Amino acid sequence: MTSKPKLAVWKFASCSGCQLSLLDCEDELLAIVGAVDIANFPEASREIVDGPYDVSLVEGSVTTQHEIDRLKDVREQSKYIITIGACATAGGIQALRNFKDMKDFVATVYAHPEYISTLANSTPISDHIKVDYELQGCPINKNQLLEVLGALLHGRRANIPNYSVCVECKQRGTSCVAVSKGIACLGPVTKAGCGAICPTYNRGCYGCFGPMETPNPEGLSNWLLDQKLIEKEDMMRMFRTFTAGAPAFKKESERNE
Amino acid sequence: MNDKTRTIKVDYLARVEGEGAMYLKIEGNTLKDVQLKIFEPPRFFEGFLQGRDHTEVPDITARICGICPVAHQLSSVYAVENALGIKLEGPLHDLRRLIYCGEWITSHALHIYMLHAPDFLGYESALHMAADYPNEVQRGLQLKKVGGQLQTFLGGRNIHPVSVRVGGFHKIPSKEELLTLKEPLERAREASLKTVRWVSTFDFPDFEQDYTFVAVHHPDEYAINEGDIASSDGTDIEAEKFEQYIEEHQAKHTNAIQCVIRATQKPYQVGPLARYSLNFDKLPPHIQALAKEVGLGETCSNPFKSIIVRSIETLYACEEALRIIDNYVKPEKPFVKYELKAATGCAVSEAPRGLLFHRYTMNEKGDIEKANIIPPTAQNQKMIEDDLWKFVQKYLDLPDEKLQWQAEHAIRNYDPCISCSVHFLKLTVDRI
Repeated sequence: MTSKPKLAVWKFASCSGCQLSLLDCEDELLAIVGAVDIANFPEASREIVDGPYDVSLVEGSVTTQHEIDRLKDVREQSKYIITIGACATAGGIQALRNFKDMKDFVATVYAHPEYISTLANSTPISDHIKVDYELQGCPINKNQLLEVLGALLHGRRANIPNYSVCVECKQRGTSCVAVSKGIACLGPVTKAGCGAICPTYNRGCYGCFGPMETPNPEGLSNWLLDQKLIEKEDMMRMFRTFTAGAPAFKKESERNE
Repeated sequence: MNDKTRTIKVDYLARVEGEGAMYLKIEGNTLKDVQLKIFEPPRFFEGFLQGRDHTEVPDITARICGICPVAHQLSSVYAVENALGIKLEGPLHDLRRLIYCGEWITSHALHIYMLHAPDFLGYESALHMAADYPNEVQRGLQLKKVGGQLQTFLGGRNIHPVSVRVGGFHKIPSKEELLTLKEPLERAREASLKTVRWVSTFDFPDFEQDYTFVAVHHPDEYAINEGDIASSDGTDIEAEKFEQYIEEHQAKHTNAIQCVIRATQKPYQVGPLARYSLNFDKLPPHIQALAKEVGLGETCSNPFKSIIVRSIETLYACEEALRIIDNYVKPEKPFVKYELKAATGCAVSEAPRGLLFHRYTMNEKGDIEKANIIPPTAQNQKMIEDDLWKFVQKYLDLPDEKLQWQAEHAIRNYDPCISCSVHFLKLTVDRI
């Protein structure tokens, strides 16, 4: 019998990148195994220890009825649920289906659409069950994942900033790509966490960490359009990518249709 | 027990990327049914690429797979570039190959140490294995880390990197910056050499198969990022002809589209065995000599030995990365300029799991009108079922639990990447 907290990792519709972030903690992985009992993590182990679990990490969005049923089971077995990544927290890139007729998509990909069962919309986990913490990012930042897990294990509040990518540009000493280079950038409305990678690579932030707390997307797109840094159609597309289903970005993409 | 039906079901295959299942049905001493089911829900990438700007393609296609985002970025960006008549040469070509080497190193190290080696040594996972093999597991993790560092250095992060764009890169490093990668890569080269020697001491079942191999082939290099398509049936075609050479089928039991060779209606294999067997002569002589020293021939048709081939390829990728860094001269511009036109283009590259095909049709504004993506695991799915038919039949005397593990091992030989294959795995054994 072990007294270590039991961790489970669950996958729904996703690219597996966020759960891979756990295996990407190459320097910390064996220490994590020392601190928690990785009881259910099929991508890494064929051993499945039955629940209940102290912490469940949930990756992916909900796209089938079967997944809704599975999720309820996950909730019943888990004390804390942390959703990880843009799919789990906002529906992911597969939420692009929410803006179109699903039948067209299935027919584009499959010769026999009748074999495929799928829901009309891709939705975040929190639409279906109570979630205790949401960690944004496409993909999540592994250091933020370690911070959230560490905080939970020590019973303290996770130190995850709610400010925008702009702050990270300042911290890194990256000059503003919108102001200095005339590149359209979603940094002012996007939640920090990546470390402002895109502006550092000479391109505008494309919003893969989703909306920051209390963003002003309308103000940003009006300014970008005024400055002629972007066309309206591209503004719509820019808000409609990996976190297209997040309410603040969804509204703004629709406003620019 | 000879008259009984046995069913072996694995509802959720472990140590593979994504959601798959296996189903085996055995009546007496005969294997009656084999299904590799991919129940990962479809995500319809080809559907939502329609109407997107061509510049968004590499960012979107990266999200097909968290394990091989660079493969998808590069197959797709090469396809768009082929449509527009852009051909990258010199250092921009080399940097594309360099970031791909990073993905090969990190993905192969993940599979060799975390997903596959535990099957040979009888552990549920690498984390379980770490108690008895601490040095090996550490070595695997550190090797994996260097691959990720290379991706992060060039792409900003290892999962869904951001630097690749149509025409080149958003940002490229200076020679001095690139040289900082030499020391970790030299360590990785040593680690991968130890990996080759370590995995070649494993016990391998006698399971040589008569495969048809298909892989990217390049006249001058061990094909990774670009080339034509070669097959062990003698075919040598350009990427444009690939959709005529193979045929995609949709089976009821799976969300992945399965592939066969059109002329023969037979399954074929992509991945490390195919690459190695078709491109052995493109490996440097000392790596060829090492491969022979550890027991490989010039071709390899035992899928269990794919772990040795992956380790050889990891070593190659480390050395290739070092070669590129040594030869690098920073180009004047990170990308080349191009003109838009209505056009169709396709490209193939070697994802860690095998040949990856992308095709795009664009209009004159550069908007994508049509996309087609054929990932490696969709192509291998039928071959994996074929292997299970032959392999499981040999081990029917084993108790269910051991038989199930053996069958899972046979599946993991392919390092199936299910997230990719859905447009696309589940294992069950029925015994009668």
